Amino acid sequence: MTMIETRPTRTVLSASRTALGALILRDLVVLRKQFREFVLRTLIQPFLLCFVFLFVFPKIGQSVGGTATKGSLSFATILVPGVVGISILFQGVQSIALTMAQEFGFTREIEDRVQAPCPIWLVALSKVISGTVQALIAAAIVFPIASVVHAAGVTADISLHWLIIVTLVPIACVSMAGLGLVLGTSFEPRNIGLMFGFVILPITFLGGTYYPWTHLAPVKIGGFHWLQTLVLVNPLIYVNEGMRAAFTNAPHMHLYVIYPVMMGFAVTFLSLGLRNFRRRVLS
Amino acid sequence: MTTDVTEVIRTEDLTKSYPGMEQPAVNGLNLSVRPGEIFGLLGPNGAGKTTTAGILTTRVVPTSGVAYVAGINVAKHPALVKQVSGIVSQQNTLDRQLNVWENLYFHGRLFGINGRESRRRADDLLERFSLTKWARASVYALSGGMAQRLMVARAIFHSPSVLFLDEPTAGLDPQSRLALWDMLQELNAAGQTVVLTTHYMEEADQLCDRVAIMDHGKILALDTPSSLKQSTGADTIVSVKVDAGGDLLASALEAQLEGVVSTRVVENVVTVHVQGHDRLVPRVVGVAETSHVQILDLAVTEPRLETVYINLTGKDLREI
Repeated sequence: MTMIETRPTRTVLSASRTALGALILRDLVVLRKQFREFVLRTLIQPFLLCFVFLFVFPKIGQSVGGTATKGSLSFATILVPGVVGISILFQGVQSIALTMAQEFGFTREIEDRVQAPCPIWLVALSKVISGTVQALIAAAIVFPIASVVHAAGVTADISLHWLIIVTLVPIACVSMAGLGLVLGTSFEPRNIGLMFGFVILPITFLGGTYYPWTHLAPVKIGGFHWLQTLVLVNPLIYVNEGMRAAFTNAPHMHLYVIYPVMMGFAVTFLSLGLRNFRRRVLS
Repeated sequence: MTTDVTEVIRTEDLTKSYPGMEQPAVNGLNLSVRPGEIFGLLGPNGAGKTTTAGILTTRVVPTSGVAYVAGINVAKHPALVKQVSGIVSQQNTLDRQLNVWENLYFHGRLFGINGRESRRRADDLLERFSLTKWARASVYALSGGMAQRLMVARAIFHSPSVLFLDEPTAGLDPQSRLALWDMLQELNAAGQTVVLTTHYMEEADQLCDRVAIMDHGKILALDTPSSLKQSTGADTIVSVKVDAGGDLLASALEAQLEGVVSTRVVENVVTVHVQGHDRLVPRVVGVAETSHVQILDLAVTEPRLETVYINLTGKDLREI
């Protein structure tokens, strides 16, 4: 029989540090165990998008979105960065929002996780860190595949801007993981279907995956570019425009808009998500 | 703020009100749990015992009053309290993504125990709780009783000052229930302080060193099970089943039977609390004969906690 502790032996800081490490270690071990499933679920959507739009459509002579009037900018060039962006979003949703819905819901695992000897918000933060890592891995495996799956004659003009890649991709991953935390803590487990229908679908279809934000100007009423203005509330727009800036030479939203807005989204989502989490756990 | 070293848990006027509820769920609770005892919070659903356990395990924020675990203010330093608490909740909260052994190992790492020591303890605990065979199995493969054992093993992994169990045997089969009682008694014999909530009289009676009977957020009585039972003033209980005339028999017994403490009639069953059991059965039968009431069945037992509970609350625990 081991000695019974009667007083805490470690400070909150030191206990929190080891607890955070253990929470992330646990997530990485689970990721390693399920890596094949992780890769499959990460690749299926990007693969289908590229397959249909960049392979099937050119083969059957179906043009996408009318005639290309912007000269040299091919649809592949538009889609490839969009596909990376959407994969980052889906990692945030899948690795955090869905697991959290399950843990808050029928498995009640969260009850145990929040007994970790650290502040409760740190448990949620550990989820965001693991989610960010998964989103980074997802981006790294989706990009090469998205760049090669297309019919002969279709070309994506890829041009890697490394400085933007190493700074913007992580920020995008954090903000989408933060979005996952907000969604996972806002929706009741039984309403997760609603989340897909009313949040994820609008975000992806109006998130600039299939078109650059800069091309939305012609959609207007009178002189008002209503769609271009409206989608500015969509965090995915900035992610996709950022990916366009990172991976292509295509026109994109200004970087001095993308960086601060995406960081703003990251901070907002994190603080909202951590607050929600605490409220869900405590009564 | 000082707390007595002879207390593992102390609460002072602990109160929890939920918005929209008329009465507080916990209402000015004063508790003290000593090291090395098995302490039971007994009461019906809604009595406030789970809320009390919730406050002590940092999940419920008290409205007023203070609670200390191992001398630490729970509301002020929840993260510290969690270092010294082991918790077995009502539901199965095992990590579904990890196997049985990993559930223990990662718990150790979470509580700052290094990899080597965590591996050793995980192996030891699986052995002790007869789960070694299942070490690499998915937790989905475990039966209810085994999952419960694994949760207890996980909760004591980091040698907590106090082990909390919320309705630990609710939903367990009788065999698993007995096994869990044995296990808790064994842990307790090795010095483990245990606090459990239960609505099973039998569990409180057989397992607990001291029992607090709760209702409406308050403690109605707190003592050892045997003292609680003695407090009824009776040492024998006679249950008489009659075909009719229960009320008549009850008043006849009160008038004629020596040593009657109280009587109660529920659906043709007369329950009589008596002090002294000398020639009790013939005397009860005699009263029934002279009252012309026909006895269908008769049983003599010792007082149970249930009796105490009924006396205190005026209601039967099973009716709730």
